[in-house]
Amino acid sequence: MSVKTYDAGVKDYRLNYWTPDYVPLDTDLLACFKVTGQPGVPREEVAAAVAAESSTGTWTTVWSDLLTDLDYYKGRAYRIEDVPGDSESFYAFVAYPIDLFEEGSMTNVLTSLVGNVFGFKALKHLRLEDIRFPIAYIKTCNGPPAGIQVERDRLNKYGRPLVGGTIKPKLGMSAKNYGRAVYECLRGGLDFTKDDENVNSQPFMRWQDRFEFVANAIHTAQQETGEVKGHYLNVTAPDPEQMYERAEFVKELGVPILMHDFLTGGFTANTGLAKWCRRNNMLMHVHRAMHAVIDRHPKHGIHFRVLAKCLRLSGGDHLHTGTVVGKLEGDRAPTLGFVDQLRESFVPEDRKRGVFFDQDWGSMPGLFAVASGGIHVWHMPALVTIFGDDSVLQFGGGTQGHPWGNAAGAAANRVAVEACVKARNEGRDLEKEARDILMEAGKNSPELAIALETWKEIKFEFETVDKLDVG
Amino acid sequence: MAMTNEMGDYQTTSTLETFGFLPPLTQEEIYAQVAYILAQGWTPAIEHVHPSQSMRHYWTMWKLPFFGEDNLANVVTELESCHRNYPDHHVRLLGYDNYAQSQGSAFVVFEGRR
Repeated sequence: MSVKTYDAGVKDYRLNYWTPDYVPLDTDLLACFKVTGQPGVPREEVAAAVAAESSTGTWTTVWSDLLTDLDYYKGRAYRIEDVPGDSESFYAFVAYPIDLFEEGSMTNVLTSLVGNVFGFKALKHLRLEDIRFPIAYIKTCNGPPAGIQVERDRLNKYGRPLVGGTIKPKLGMSAKNYGRAVYECLRGGLDFTKDDENVNSQPFMRWQDRFEFVANAIHTAQQETGEVKGHYLNVTAPDPEQMYERAEFVKELGVPILMHDFLTGGFTANTGLAKWCRRNNMLMHVHRAMHAVIDRHPKHGIHFRVLAKCLRLSGGDHLHTGTVVGKLEGDRAPTLGFVDQLRESFVPEDRKRGVFFDQDWGSMPGLFAVASGGIHVWHMPALVTIFGDDSVLQFGGGTQGHPWGNAAGAAANRVAVEACVKARNEGRDLEKEARDILMEAGKNSPELAIALETWKEIKFEFETVDKLDVG
Repeated sequence: MAMTNEMGDYQTTSTLETFGFLPPLTQEEIYAQVAYILAQGWTPAIEHVHPSQSMRHYWTMWKLPFFGEDNLANVVTELESCHRNYPDHHVRLLGYDNYAQSQGSAFVVFEGRR
């Protein structure tokens, strides 16, 4: 090994961190950033700065650099690409050696990759577009507590999307009234109901009280319908100790599933809870409050496909993905791109879906994609087509806003989803024949017929803010 | 059905999971679902149980899953045969998906008397 000498001062990042000849190793963690530099700074220098600041580098040379082999530990910018249709930004590809990261720690990976570097002055904007996790790293992660197949087996629900609904109004109800709303949805045919994300343990409804009434509602509905039912009891709490205390009570009550908010709660809490769920045969629904703060701006932040990949590794059996058709932001192709990352065992690079790397998930279980937010029976054919069977379609207002109430609203949704699955299996084109399929099903279900009449005019058609980069 | 603004009374019903909210499938509709299972490359299988036991994880298998079966008429014949032998049982058709290690499809074809 050549002997290096200490030469104090500031060096161009590109001397050490821009390595266009580098061939990434199978064990490297690869990242694609969309970089918008300050005017006048060369692309190679900016890309190298990103690699340096997200790995071993700092702004100046220090003597202790020479006590280790930085060439072994450094991140390397190895490729630069134009962003189609955007002259201001470019893609920088960075390879990180696996030893930079603690095993099984999404917290550690993100602290490096999206840490200080995002505040770096030479950058106007920076967005983490995608990460390729090496299979060697994936094998160090716990992942979903159960996964799709295990969940289906526990619930005895096969060959169709699951249907759920978030209880509304989301804040302000007493526990007993809240449990009533749950019972009505479940007896009518929903598989699941859900605590809204901001339902934790407020003065109007403390968690113990809510959990008891909801458990009673579930067990009653289960007895009457002969089907397995659940409600995502939200155990997101001020601190991990209280979170685990709430999780223990969910288990004690015999409820099969609980819920966590992974971004506001944090990856450390989420990973811990996922491991608890694995040990305790508990299913885990994951909500994503705060994601739009991080992922919506097309030039800055973290794309949701990265957050989705990290969540699969941290753990969860359901993750919200947007609906494509409802009230919340989300284009079809990129949504399908990250839905694949949740469910498949291998996802090939596909720029048309915003997927920058081949991703091998190995034996990591898949999780259900959850479509929720402003959807109703008229959206059902499109939802079944877009999301397929391994999804949870959640109709909150679209159940509880039914003129006859929650139970009839739930039945309408259940009839609609089953009619769509049946028609799809018969080879019919759901999206082209949507109207016929729903109207036919409505002939045998007054609940569906009334739902179709109630929501016939509602659409959410606004331009998407974050679009795929195409020329 | 005629549209009305009158409030209806929704009565809870006991249902048997997928397709439990649709009217009983006609012969032709059953054929179409069997054809779907075969087209996916899944293995059809039949199981049955007395209605009082319908929440059990394990229903009784009717013979073994029909590995390699590609004739949908044979599957329908087996379904009818199971129903004839256990007229008061629920009879369910499954499609075993060995890639996902799960059931790609599962629905009750004949309901037993309750």
